[in-house]
Amino acid sequence: MTFTHRHLLGLDGMSREELLYLIDTAASFKEISERDIKKVPTLRGKTVVGLFYEASTRTRTSFEIAAKRLSADYVNISSATSSTTKGETLLDTARNIAAMRPDALIIRHHAAGAARYLANRIDCPVINAGDGAHEHPTQALLDLLTIRDHVGRLEGLTVAIVGDILHSRVTRSNVHALRALGNTVRLVGPPTLLPREAAAMGEVHHQLASGVRGADVVMMLRLQRERQGRNYLPSLDEYARYFCLTRAALAEAKPDVVVLHPGPINRGVEIASDVADGAASLIMDQVTNGVAVRMAILFLLASRRGAQVEAPANEEAQPERRRKVG
Amino acid sequence: MVLDAQGVERALARVTHEILERNKGVANLVFIGVRSLGVEIAERLAGKAATIEGVEVPRGVIDITLYRDDLSRAGQQPAVKGTDIPFPIDDRQVVLVDDVLYTGRTVRAALDALMDLGRPRSVQLAVLIDRGHRELPIRADYVGKNLPTAANESVQVRLRERDGRDEVVLIRGEEG
Repeated sequence: MTFTHRHLLGLDGMSREELLYLIDTAASFKEISERDIKKVPTLRGKTVVGLFYEASTRTRTSFEIAAKRLSADYVNISSATSSTTKGETLLDTARNIAAMRPDALIIRHHAAGAARYLANRIDCPVINAGDGAHEHPTQALLDLLTIRDHVGRLEGLTVAIVGDILHSRVTRSNVHALRALGNTVRLVGPPTLLPREAAAMGEVHHQLASGVRGADVVMMLRLQRERQGRNYLPSLDEYARYFCLTRAALAEAKPDVVVLHPGPINRGVEIASDVADGAASLIMDQVTNGVAVRMAILFLLASRRGAQVEAPANEEAQPERRRKVG
Repeated sequence: MVLDAQGVERALARVTHEILERNKGVANLVFIGVRSLGVEIAERLAGKAATIEGVEVPRGVIDITLYRDDLSRAGQQPAVKGTDIPFPIDDRQVVLVDDVLYTGRTVRAALDALMDLGRPRSVQLAVLIDRGHRELPIRADYVGKNLPTAANESVQVRLRERDGRDEVVLIRGEEG
């Protein structure tokens, strides 16, 4: 198959075939990061801009490393040091960046829908690096790749997603993808941290033990303290007492369960240190796979000319046919 | 039909003998197949070399997609299947294997990809078919069959691993 999307805004609505294509493509990029010379010339002469309106270590660095390993030029803009502080709107900032002719724009923003908003208004592929509580597609893709690497398959699994579901864009992207691929999703957390539509997204559990019982995969979420109003939780201690993934809690899951966490982790709040650093934890593999996933997405979206350019009639530009003739 | 199953077999057998003769055996040799059909042909050559010399030649797979010179001209990206060379190629005598040599652009890309992975002592090129029409100064060291073609013809290599039978056919006058 071929991947026809111009942007990566979310995984909602993506088919099983598209998801597997993205994961397979990402898997083939892993090898590059194992080389002595971690660089291929694929995006030579292309410019990738990261526009980050929220704090980010992993995602921003991962995109930057991915772009550089593909030989693209990468420019990062953090809202704290940009003209946003002078009152410029998101759209004006994005339009000005687009006027410098980047080949892809990566956006992280606190408002749900920010990525689509820009995709509809600027002439450049847009990659969503997290928009409010909406989606974080590259995170879910790296989760899927990590699960497949270690469990060996991506269907028929029971996946428990535990914690602050309400604020979690990671959950939303994962739910779309996991269900499209034929897995059972459980959402586990206190009622105040589950969205109203939780029952439509998966099996809802309010007890950690029942939520992880027999699970193949446990995906822990960070308690988003910066987004906590006063009324979600009585206290962090109480949250930890009921929902922290300890070794004892994990014993309810399948013996070969794997544990994921998108990071950054709050040790002792949502996950115990010995679990985060234990044998079942794939947290560092997730980070490693994140670079491969972002390389794949940049390759697919930034290396081709946009739809506004006519497809050349020249046969060299027809990859499928060219392969046969040598 | 340009080559039937027996023709393919004979051509590969001769190429194998030439490789072994030129390199005086298999001591430092590795075969790297270019995705996709070069992979199977490299396996065949290695199988024949093992029969003759009694030693397995290490095999690797190279995917040139990320090194192509026409990526930004294509509307859709070709699939990336990945490079898989599970040994260092430094100081080895690499035989790069592909099915059809045509413009030479695939080989150019494969050489660049190879050089990013290490510094082989030498690189030689083995192809089943050389159909001419080079656009770059590249030639093969070992050729199964030279096949003069017109630019609007296309050469199809079918191998039993994926097509159930070995044959090479020339398809005339298809859309250019």
